Amino acid sequence: MGMSFFTPLSWNDSGFILTGVLNTVYISVVAVLIGTILGLAMGFLRAEANRFTNTLLGGVLDILRSVPLIIQLILFSTYIGAMGHPLNPFVAGSIILSLYTMAFMSEVFRGGFESVPQSMIIAGRSLGMSYWQTVVYIRLPIGMRAVFPSWLGVALSVIKDSALVSVIGYMELLRTSEQLISRTQQPLKILIGVGIFYFIISYPLSLYGKYVERKMAI
Amino acid sequence: MEYQFHWNIVFQKMPQLLHGAFVTLHLSVFAMLIGIVIAVLLAIAKMSSSRIYSIPATIWVEIARNTPALFQIYMAYFGLGAFGIHLSPYVAVLSALIFVNAGYLTETFRGGFQSIPKTQYSASKSLGMNGIQIYRYIILPQMFRRIYHPMTNQFVWSILMSSLGILVGMNELSGETQRLQSLSFRTLEFFIVAAIMYFIITKFVLLCASLASKRLFKGDI
Repeated sequence: MGMSFFTPLSWNDSGFILTGVLNTVYISVVAVLIGTILGLAMGFLRAEANRFTNTLLGGVLDILRSVPLIIQLILFSTYIGAMGHPLNPFVAGSIILSLYTMAFMSEVFRGGFESVPQSMIIAGRSLGMSYWQTVVYIRLPIGMRAVFPSWLGVALSVIKDSALVSVIGYMELLRTSEQLISRTQQPLKILIGVGIFYFIISYPLSLYGKYVERKMAI
Repeated sequence: MEYQFHWNIVFQKMPQLLHGAFVTLHLSVFAMLIGIVIAVLLAIAKMSSSRIYSIPATIWVEIARNTPALFQIYMAYFGLGAFGIHLSPYVAVLSALIFVNAGYLTETFRGGFQSIPKTQYSASKSLGMNGIQIYRYIILPQMFRRIYHPMTNQFVWSILMSSLGILVGMNELSGETQRLQSLSFRTLEFFIVAAIMYFIITKFVLLCASLASKRLFKGDI
C-alpha cells in the first residue's frame, strides 16, 4: 500500500471547523452592528443635508458600492501594510466590511427617513415637540419599521459577503474549509457542509423577512 | 515609512488590464443573458401548480439566494471535481454566476408577473385579443418596465462578483491585476487602477441602462 500525503476528514477536525464557524458569525455580527450604526447616521445626514453635502456623501458611498469588496479588502490591507501599520486580518476585515455595510445601509435608512410623511412631523412640531423629539419619537420608529425587511436583506448579504474576508487571511468558515480541502482532498463533502451552514443561517432569516413584508403590506 | 508610488509599470501593462476588463465585461454579459433565460423557465416552473416543476425550481432559487457566491464558485471549481467534472476557471466562474443570477432573477420575474392584475387578462380577452397578443401588447411591456431596474442592479452585481475569479486564477480584471502585481510587486498601484476600472465599468453600464430606459419607456417608468 502506497503512502498517502492526504489524511481523511476526522472528528479531530471539528474544533477547527467550529473556529471557522464562530469567526464567520463574529465578523458578520460586528460588521452588521457597526455598519447599521454608521449607516443610520449617514442615512439621516443624507435625508437632512443640503444638496452639496449630499452629493459629496453620495459620491463616497457610491465608490464603496461600485468597487468589488474583494478589491477593497486587498487595497486596504496592502495600504496599511505599506504605510507600516499592519492590522490583524480581523480588524482590517471588520473595518472594510463595516464601511461596505454602511454604504448599503445608508440608502435603506435614507429611504426610511424619507418615507415618513411631512405632515406627521409638522403635527409633532405643532404639539410642541422639538426637532430632535420629532426625530426620536416620530421619524425613527415609523421610518425604521418600514425598512426592516430591506435592513434584513442587507444584513443577510453581509453574512454571505463575509466569506470574502478570507482573502486577507481571516480564518472564517470558507478559509478553514479550504485548508481542510487541501489536506484531505475531499472537496465535495466539506463544501456541502459549508453550504448547509450558510443556508441554515440565511434561509430562516429570509423567510422571516418575507413574512414581515407580507404582514406590513396588509 | 513612506511609500513610493511607481505608476509607469501600470501604464506599461495597460493593454493587459484592459483585456482583463474586457473579459470581466463579456463574462458578466454571458452570465446575465443565460441567467435571464433560465430565470424565465424557473419562474414559470415556480408558478406551476404541479409540484414536479415547482419544487426543483424553489430549491434552485433558495440555494442561490442563501449561500455566498464564493461558495458557489468553489463548488463549481473544486466540488464538481468529485464527479470527474473539471471546469476551467472561466467556465467555473461563469456557471456559478449564471446559477446565482438565475436564482435572483426568478424572484424578480415572478414578482413582476404577479404585479399585473388578473383583471387585465379578462379585459384583453374581452377586447378580442388572443393569448399571444395579450402577452405581447399588455402583459410583457408592463412587466418589463417593472423588472428593468432590478435587472440592471443584478447586472452590476454580477460585474462586481466576477471579481471573485481572482480566487480561482481566472484572467478577468481582478485575476489579471493579481498576476501583474505579483510580477512587479506594485500591489497598491495595480489594485488602485483596477478599482477605478471597476468603478468606470459599473457607472458606464448604469449610464447605458438609464439612456436605454429613456428610449424604451419614453421617460415614464
